[in-house]
Amino acid sequence: MTDSAALLTKHSFVELGARQRAKALLDAGTFRELLDPFQRVMSPWLSRQGVVPQADDGVIIAKGSIDGLPVVIAAIEGAFQGGSLGEVGGAKIAGSLELAAEDNRKGIATRAVLLLETGGVRLQEANLGLAAIADIHAAIVDLRQYQPVVGVVAGSVGCFGGMSIAAGLCSYLLVTQEARLGLNGPQVIEQEAGLEEYDSRDRPFIWSLTGGEQRFATGLVDRYASDDVAQIRQQVSELLQQGLPAQQRSTQAELFLQRLARLDAEPQIEPSVVRDLYQGERS
Amino acid sequence: MSSYSLRGLNWFNALSAGAKAVDGLTASLKVADGFLGEQPVRFIAVVADPDNRFVRARNGEVGLLEGWGLAKVVDEVIAADQDKPQKRAVIAIVDVPSQAYGRREEALGIHQALAGAADSYARARLAGHAVIGLLVGKAMSGAFLAHGYQANRLIALRDPGVMVHAMGKASAARVTLRSVEELETLAASVPPMAYDIDSYASLGLLWETLSVEQIEQPSASDLARVTECLNLAIDDVAAKGHDLSGRLGAANRAASSKVRQLLREQW
Repeated sequence: MTDSAALLTKHSFVELGARQRAKALLDAGTFRELLDPFQRVMSPWLSRQGVVPQADDGVIIAKGSIDGLPVVIAAIEGAFQGGSLGEVGGAKIAGSLELAAEDNRKGIATRAVLLLETGGVRLQEANLGLAAIADIHAAIVDLRQYQPVVGVVAGSVGCFGGMSIAAGLCSYLLVTQEARLGLNGPQVIEQEAGLEEYDSRDRPFIWSLTGGEQRFATGLVDRYASDDVAQIRQQVSELLQQGLPAQQRSTQAELFLQRLARLDAEPQIEPSVVRDLYQGERS
Repeated sequence: MSSYSLRGLNWFNALSAGAKAVDGLTASLKVADGFLGEQPVRFIAVVADPDNRFVRARNGEVGLLEGWGLAKVVDEVIAADQDKPQKRAVIAIVDVPSQAYGRREEALGIHQALAGAADSYARARLAGHAVIGLLVGKAMSGAFLAHGYQANRLIALRDPGVMVHAMGKASAARVTLRSVEELETLAASVPPMAYDIDSYASLGLLWETLSVEQIEQPSASDLARVTECLNLAIDDVAAKGHDLSGRLGAANRAASSKVRQLLREQW
């Protein structure tokens, strides 16, 4: 196939909304949404602050199967309030992961896929968003004892704040070039540490440190896919089929501490330094 | 900014008097093994280290070394007690102003370091250790997620300097396109947005709040009071199990329960 022909058959995943993304990953005809928008379970906190709530609170929970394996997908809608998590959306994710773990204890091997486009805590619901994210962390670690939890950061919001920690807890992570993964949003770092430390308007700089390609090159994610529905679906399916990883990334404290001990933390850091430090022993 | 809180360090020193300090850690981590009454415990605190190798983590922030370091010291507890019927309790003394904000931190994956810490605390809980978070100062955002928020029980001291929040006021104002004054006005009427511990308590996330005489440097009676409360919390975990369900049920967190109930019905 020529490049242009390949381009024509490619369907962008990044351009899809959260619900379409979930549908695109699930086997045809198996998508079943829980707490769908018609049930109107909305944020009790936004309207009193002059923010219009959304009927699904920006989180889609869908059950179905991927190549025959039972899964629950939690997809965050980056277009609603920056994908921020409030009480309801956070509880939807935490609650569904808790039920998936319960399934496994009853002998039903439910896996989970998280589609992460989120700035983290919704500041209008601050402490309830933070609490919900702590619940999500707890539920991922619980479910991960039985079956993999696959995180996908496709872009264009990226994955930040407490939900970047959730990403770090996933059994596997898949990103595209569009993705960014980091704890602190660029604006906040600039606010807290100054322009010289972090220029939030310098997009190439930000992608060079936290973009999907760099995260893959430094081993902080497992898969790097192009922005194509078929390819992402294929890779998510492969990861689910793999079962649990030999060792979770987030349980490798000793390895990361050894690496950090070798770093000269004095000079300001470059992307290549991280590549060498984290992947040096591989090459 | 050179001033930093000493509360975490002071409470750690007071609670762990007579306990055996764990050596060989980064200076920003204080860890000791001892007893609360009959109960074996490991005390853990993140404290300021003005000479931290990472310049953005010199005021007690949870950064790369702190996140992975917490993971390591909690993993040690899980491994050491693996075959023992009585699991040591883990007491996280929380006085953390924020996660570290910096270029090095993002580049080196601070999110992964904090995931390491949250992971270990959560696995300790699942392995049967009582994990208790004692809030003596700030418990902010990612720092709290890494150090404290995976606890079975959260206990907060009643003091204006004890606060839980997702983001400092200046940054929160910038991100939500409000002035700090507007933010403060809203925070006064929306409990989850408030910075004070009473509003936080109304969300049902705390197991107990305690008043003390000397928050900065505990008195003997403060110490006795907090020790008793920690013991009660450990007993309560033993009696009621190791999940986080005790955090649900408050009127100001009703939607969290309702969503779970509906999910279960539709599952």
